[in-house]
Amino acid sequence: MMVGADDAGRDEQARIAQQFIGAIPHARALGMQVEDIGAGKATISMPWAPHLVGDPRRNVIHGGVVSALMDTCCGAAVMAHPERPRSTATIDLRIDYMRAANPGQGITARAECYHITRSVAFLRAVAMDEDGEGPVASATGTFTVER
Amino acid sequence: MDRNEPLDRVKNRRDSALRALVSGVPYMTWLGVQFDRRGDELTAVLPFDQKLIGNPVLPAIHGGVTAAFLEMTAIVELSWSTMWEDLESGRISPDADVPDSLPRLPKTIDFTIDYLLSGLPRDVYARGRVVRSGRRYASVHVEAWQDNRSKLIAQATAHFLMPRG
Repeated sequence: MMVGADDAGRDEQARIAQQFIGAIPHARALGMQVEDIGAGKATISMPWAPHLVGDPRRNVIHGGVVSALMDTCCGAAVMAHPERPRSTATIDLRIDYMRAANPGQGITARAECYHITRSVAFLRAVAMDEDGEGPVASATGTFTVER
Repeated sequence: MDRNEPLDRVKNRRDSALRALVSGVPYMTWLGVQFDRRGDELTAVLPFDQKLIGNPVLPAIHGGVTAAFLEMTAIVELSWSTMWEDLESGRISPDADVPDSLPRLPKTIDFTIDYLLSGLPRDVYARGRVVRSGRRYASVHVEAWQDNRSKLIAQATAHFLMPRG
């Protein structure tokens, strides 16, 4: 993802990142929207949709969808790091599911690249629903750094 | 176990229970996940589709798709192995058209995935193994591969909270 140009403003970065994410078929299929990006952090949201439901009795988004959002958001945060990696790939990702999302609500993930070495980026992320009463899920992960 | 039970009845019971388990989850249907059954052994199949792409340049399957696919495989394997005895003895008969006949699904507590190879634009297969299944908690290991069974593209471990009752 070509984001993080030194003179580009935060809005400009978000626009470029959105364009990049819009070119990813699966991110588009899930309706992912870049809310904010820059300085090794990213916020991406996703609306509720009937085909993303995991438990029809409760109308709650499937955990796997939260994984997909967390993974994309972490990848975007790596790409937005000031060291500007050429590309990145997930090495591992751990997700803790704290509570079920509220029925019919979209999810917003916020990821932060809190440490980076020559070849590895370390990430933390949380996912909230619309009420925001504490996170729905949290994640930690490591990503490759291609220079 | 009735040795003389007609074969088509045995197969029908198992296949319709499996269908009920899978078709009750809209996201699983949308991704196109299917299950291949040999006796009680399940292999999850994710047929390739353009909407699964995460890197259009390579191209490669989205890591989140692989994660979702493995999590589903773990949940279905765990539910399937938990309900097997009740299914075979006739205590339950899950039916996709009767939502209340479906067993309640386990809830994911945590899910940890290792990505080992980038996913090719081809079908993905996965199998889960219930490592431990207690009254309240269960631990499941899952593996995914494409062309070669011995070359995993990802593996995952997940912990689940079992449904009460």
